[in-house]
Amino acid sequence: MDRRAFFARSFALGCSAAASPFVTPVTFASAPGDGRLVVIILRGAMDGLDVVRPLGDPHFAALRPSLNGTQAEDLDGFFALNSALSSLMPLWRSGELAFAHAVSTPYRDKRSHFDGQDFLENGGAATDGALTATGDGWLNRLLAQLPEAEAETAFAIGRENLLLLSGDAPATSWSPEATLSLSPQAQLLLEKVYAQDPLFRDAATQAMALSDLVTDPMAPGWAGRAKALAEFAAGRLKEETRIAAFSIGGWDTHANQARTLPRALGELSDAILTLRKELGPVWGQTAVLCLTEFGRTVRENGSKGTDHGTAGAELFAGGAVRGGQVIGRWPGLGPGDLFEDRDLMPTRDVRAHAAWALRALFPVGNPVLAGDVFPGLDLGSDPKLMA
Amino acid sequence: MIEAATLSALRFGFGHHPAESAPASADALLESIGLPPPPRIPLSDRTALFEAYRKNRQDQTSMAAENAKRALNHAVRDDLRHAVRLAVRGPGFRERLTHFWLDHFTVAARGRLLSLLVPDFVDRVIRPHIDGTFPTMLEAVAEHPAMLLYLNQANSVGPNSQVGQRRGRGLNENLAREVLELHTIGVDAAYTQRDVRELARLLTGLGTDKTGFRFRQGIAEPGQMEVLGQTYRRSEPDLQSIRTALRDIALRPETARHLSKKLYRHFVGAPVDPGAIQAMAKAYRANDGALLPVYQAMLAHPSAWERPLSNAKLPFHFIVSTFRAAGATEDDIEGMSRGNIQKGIHTPMINMGQRPFQPRGPDGWSEEPTAWITPPMLATRIRWAAEFAQRLLAKKDPREFLEDALGDAASDLLRFAVAGSEQRVEGIALTLVSPEFNRR
Repeated sequence: MDRRAFFARSFALGCSAAASPFVTPVTFASAPGDGRLVVIILRGAMDGLDVVRPLGDPHFAALRPSLNGTQAEDLDGFFALNSALSSLMPLWRSGELAFAHAVSTPYRDKRSHFDGQDFLENGGAATDGALTATGDGWLNRLLAQLPEAEAETAFAIGRENLLLLSGDAPATSWSPEATLSLSPQAQLLLEKVYAQDPLFRDAATQAMALSDLVTDPMAPGWAGRAKALAEFAAGRLKEETRIAAFSIGGWDTHANQARTLPRALGELSDAILTLRKELGPVWGQTAVLCLTEFGRTVRENGSKGTDHGTAGAELFAGGAVRGGQVIGRWPGLGPGDLFEDRDLMPTRDVRAHAAWALRALFPVGNPVLAGDVFPGLDLGSDPKLMA
Repeated sequence: MIEAATLSALRFGFGHHPAESAPASADALLESIGLPPPPRIPLSDRTALFEAYRKNRQDQTSMAAENAKRALNHAVRDDLRHAVRLAVRGPGFRERLTHFWLDHFTVAARGRLLSLLVPDFVDRVIRPHIDGTFPTMLEAVAEHPAMLLYLNQANSVGPNSQVGQRRGRGLNENLAREVLELHTIGVDAAYTQRDVRELARLLTGLGTDKTGFRFRQGIAEPGQMEVLGQTYRRSEPDLQSIRTALRDIALRPETARHLSKKLYRHFVGAPVDPGAIQAMAKAYRANDGALLPVYQAMLAHPSAWERPLSNAKLPFHFIVSTFRAAGATEDDIEGMSRGNIQKGIHTPMINMGQRPFQPRGPDGWSEEPTAWITPPMLATRIRWAAEFAQRLLAKKDPREFLEDALGDAASDLLRFAVAGSEQRVEGIALTLVSPEFNRR
């Protein structure tokens, strides 16, 4: 075949490809139910004991001589909230904010951030941190179980690739910082070039399809990033999207925790307050789950910080949450109460709380939750977390 | 199969450059590592910059504070320019190895002091050892202020040391954990929390002062430590016991395997070839951790020259290889203003997912292609490529550029698409965003 003929034919193909992902407007999925879920992964291991402080525990004060020097606001007479989150106190009072304490994933002993985060997002049950055979994320496995779920049902937001939503079920990822403009001709050629490499083809398909969804390109630095992610998430959740996930870093507070932790807490409270403001009435059907890979050592370390530990705290917000409570069985901090004499003893699996939240938000039952979404999970009794 | 010279530039270097012919054999690649290193940036210059900044920090509005801050910001841009210049025109394999080992021993340039120390870390800890031995590199890493500050070792105090006893301060196990988990035997090896704790006790004493590294006897834990079954005693805490332990750990077979897998994964791809790993680990052990024989074993394995390019270029690599394909000279890079460095390299790298010199955690940048070719990151690459083509290569013939960038690694599909672009710049951009150009 001569080259001219080949070009003519391939261009004709390109132009008549009405189903081209580059030119077709985004098709929105019909929505399965009205519940909205936002999962925020707190990367770096949030110190639950400093965020939700067990001031009522007689052993607590002595374990953290410098950390307890900063302010905290009373929650229920036993626990007090780190004052860097005091902007969330109105939500606590109106029943839109709850915490769980002494929770962890099944991962034990090695306390590696990277294994711990992968494990949290993968949702498996192996204590050594090994991922499930499929190696995908638990939100993706949930999606696979939802009738009528389509790519736009779930959004992973931000520059990173979230394992939490990765897997076989279609989900979409987007960052509020990126916009794209190409001539239609260049898009067509690009489509052809990418056809040979699925990784590029799929990423480009989403980039093209979503580029006109983003009307307000912005390039925030570190400060305000969580707010931008939350704004973008809210914008999608008000439409057909039901699940959004992103992460906030800055929790690995090995040193000078009294100064470093408030920065991360500020990002987190900004994200939650932005979601609440932007979602408007939809906030009433929304649950925000803030999860971290593990907690931190009970004792302050040599540099006014804390090291990698085991159990920690989770934060829940939203109108769909039964707020104003700190749930969980408190294991105590006395001699013999600690895990390996260093960490808060886990008394419940974080996956159980996530599973009960999913049950309330989406049409999924216990067999799916304990079989497909969180293999090997014992759901246990209802923690009465959801309104 | 791709020609050896092309493959060598794409797999073991920073891409094709029209004015260069890449080393096309294992021997030629190994030889290129030994070329004379670039001049160092003296650490004293950097600490002086930081001191000026620190002294004036109290009064933010003063002229002196403004000047000190500006000088620091300039230094950070200059360092990025320096790194790009070396990658654009230095021996490719040597520069890639430097980036590999810097990533292996990640020190994220977080905060002003660390961002000033990282270039010194590269010059004094990484570069001199990439063709030396791993145990010596590990020792140098553990005695550099950048690592000691980044992983909090400088603040770790032995509970039974003088300072620990007097002020009731304690351990910080961050560095000890990462030495085992990331730097040496790897997370899959058999070690326990107790090993981490014992190593943390042993590492106490590694500290810093205004001039750099200092062993601080006063914070070092005395006594006996057992790490991975080996006992280390120090009634008088000393640096030697730390060096001995690090050397022991560095020479373990688990370390040989862990490093071999990482090297192979980085340069050749996943899944790793068991035969290649075995040969590399064997070379490591037979030569007491010398690195050249390990590289040699990797380069001697047929898969290193036969496997298709399956890794993804990181944003730094993508930008550098674009400059190379465009035929950039050292002077071109040297002549970039700080503003252009910011707009053309620094900010785009962030939007492509790689904040310069600041990986998210001590495990460094991901090797997974899926971590870099996400919709928002790919969108940024596409937009950046279009802008670059428009600004710098508007008069270039796209077919010629395709040859400069990829040679015989370009697929027929890409050749047809480039030739069929309606504008020159689109043909150039198409080359730059193609899977071929974005793989390594």
